[in-house]
Amino acid sequence: MADGDAPLIEVKNLGVTLNTSRGPAQAVRGVSFALRRGETLGLVGESGCGKSVTALALMGLLPDSAVISGSIRLDGAELVGLPDSAYCKLRGNRISMIFQEPMTALNPMHTIGHQVAEPLLRHTGVSAAQARQEAIALLDRVGLPDASKRVDAYPHQFSGGQRQRITIAMALACQPDVLIADEPTTALDVTIQGQILDLIADLVAERGMSMILISHDLGVIAENVERMMVMYGGTVVESGETNAVFTRMGHPYTQGLFRARPRLGARKGTRLKTIAGTVPELADLPAGCTFADRCAIAEARCRAALPAVVDVGAAHGVRCIRTDVSMAAGGVGA
Amino acid sequence: MPSSTRASRWPTCERAADRIRRHRGNRTGRAAATGFWRRALRHRSFVLGAVLSLLVLGAALLSLVWTPWSAYDIDVASKLHPPSAAHWLGTDVLGRDIVSLLLVGARSTIMVGVIAVGIGLSFGVGLGLIAAARKGWTEELIMRMSDFTFAFPAVLSAIMLAAVAGPGMVTSITAIGIFQIPTFVRVTRGSANAIWAREFVLAARAAGKGSFRITIEHVLPNILSILIVQATIQFALAILAEAALSYLGLGTQPPQPSWGRMLNDAQTLLFQSPMLAVYPGAAIAIAVLGLNLLGDGLRDLLDPRLARER
Ligand SMILES: Nc1ncnc2c1ncn2[C@@H]1O[C@H](COP(=O)(O)OP(=O)(O)O)[C@@H](O)[C@H]1O
Ligand code: SF4
Ligand SMILES: [Mg+2]
Repeated sequence: MADGDAPLIEVKNLGVTLNTSRGPAQAVRGVSFALRRGETLGLVGESGCGKSVTALALMGLLPDSAVISGSIRLDGAELVGLPDSAYCKLRGNRISMIFQEPMTALNPMHTIGHQVAEPLLRHTGVSAAQARQEAIALLDRVGLPDASKRVDAYPHQFSGGQRQRITIAMALACQPDVLIADEPTTALDVTIQGQILDLIADLVAERGMSMILISHDLGVIAENVERMMVMYGGTVVESGETNAVFTRMGHPYTQGLFRARPRLGARKGTRLKTIAGTVPELADLPAGCTFADRCAIAEARCRAALPAVVDVGAAHGVRCIRTDVSMAAGGVGA
Repeated sequence: MPSSTRASRWPTCERAADRIRRHRGNRTGRAAATGFWRRALRHRSFVLGAVLSLLVLGAALLSLVWTPWSAYDIDVASKLHPPSAAHWLGTDVLGRDIVSLLLVGARSTIMVGVIAVGIGLSFGVGLGLIAAARKGWTEELIMRMSDFTFAFPAVLSAIMLAAVAGPGMVTSITAIGIFQIPTFVRVTRGSANAIWAREFVLAARAAGKGSFRITIEHVLPNILSILIVQATIQFALAILAEAALSYLGLGTQPPQPSWGRMLNDAQTLLFQSPMLAVYPGAAIAIAVLGLNLLGDGLRDLLDPRLARER
């Protein structure tokens, strides 16, 4: 806290190799970023792009068979290779994560009060009664109606939105420094999505946490984070200030995502544009630019090697060798 | 995998279907427990299995307080009597009352089953949980060891144990118990691995829980129903194994009555008094059938995936 400039989390050249049914495959390659205290970072891309794998790598929650390379530092301390027992002390305490699926993220056998109080009992020295009081206060803060009465209820007695509020309370119990939210609203009704995102934004601001928000929805990213990274095929293809990226999209994939976004109020019958093709399976990732198979302006040299990151603005990088063409073509509108 | 572009274009439709599916799948735990007995009483094989199993249990309990005659009193003068008012099913070659022998035999059977399954459960479940929690070489070692043990049928391990420790009830219980361990290891590890892959375990780990706590708080409660079903079926197997071992003279020793022992005694008189073999045979069949039906019924009733379809 004294040193406001030192990054809280610093990831350098992160790589993850996973065992798939077709042998080991690189799920994440060359991911680097830094996150300072209180900053918010978005991670966007179609499903299967490696967003969750990146998040799980930060949490040390990948399967034992996963091989992780590069460096992840939390307050300067290296996390790659940390034994699980040491990681346990960080998880839920300094780094927390909320998941897509509030239906399954809670244990059906325990009361919600127990599940929210549990991290407090484990990581802090409070008594059971204090933890319970704290749990009620948290549940109240995340907007669970009648928190003090419903603290002893079981997860199945709540709606999806309420359960996501409960998992948020669980994740925030120990005042973590970093919150990773992996598609926190994807499984919820559209009407509730906004409320939950607002709640998360409020809590992050209120507690001065850093947040990594993961979503496949550019709209969610645009409204909720200061900086963003676009992922495709396990690599970050574009990164920068959210405003800068939305003003001048450099990567053909980002542009494609933007064109393909569903728009409210679009005329009936208007066909949604999509990016042709699908996200490749890990084992089928092309050697060079991971997007080459779906890119309209791909050339032979795109497939030769993973393109380097090109700076197209202040702290705005694009992993493409043809940004001159992609950005000249009018970028966003094209 | 459906095309991911589609998934992102039409999020709400797919999600709605998902949510409905999940919601139905979620009726585990307490919500389902309230309806358990209502469904159980309508489940035919569960009811029949429960009745037969309770019959055997009742016989064993009754033998503790009352038998028509003493099952230990030898009265050669009244040997091989046909059924009569005094001896409802007649007497055996030593003049012992068959009904009394069957009642006391039920006690040995249940005792052997309980202890052997207890041994199998405690070691097997423990090792299976460790294998699932630790993975890696620990899991490999546990699984290879249990494969190795599994290769020796109960009868073979009982013969080996009997050679070392002498035949008897303790020997047969130990042998059957050891034989049960690998099955429980496999069933436990398999179902525990499935729980370890569930998202709430990931969430628990993300909240900083270690593997011991996750095993106790998340894995064990969620595989309990599978273990109950398996234990029921293993109980039937233990009863069969005990009968086989006693029949071979490796199990329960005289004068302690046992169904397997009674079969053995009946063997030499098979043409003279065939009913002597039928009674213990029927008792064994009732116990084994009852437990198997009970196990099947419990599996249907406790497995949320199957229960949903009903
Ligand atoms: N445990 C795993 N073992 C093998 N492959 C995995 C595993 N987890 C994820 N993958 C693969 O890694 C790729 C990236 O997945 P993920 O990070 O979950 O994508 P998303 O961006 O949708 O979160 C996908 O192709 C997925 O199939
Ligand atoms: S490097 Fe080539 S294939 Fe990749 S996005 Fe740029 S132009 Fe397209
Ligand atoms: Mg994901």
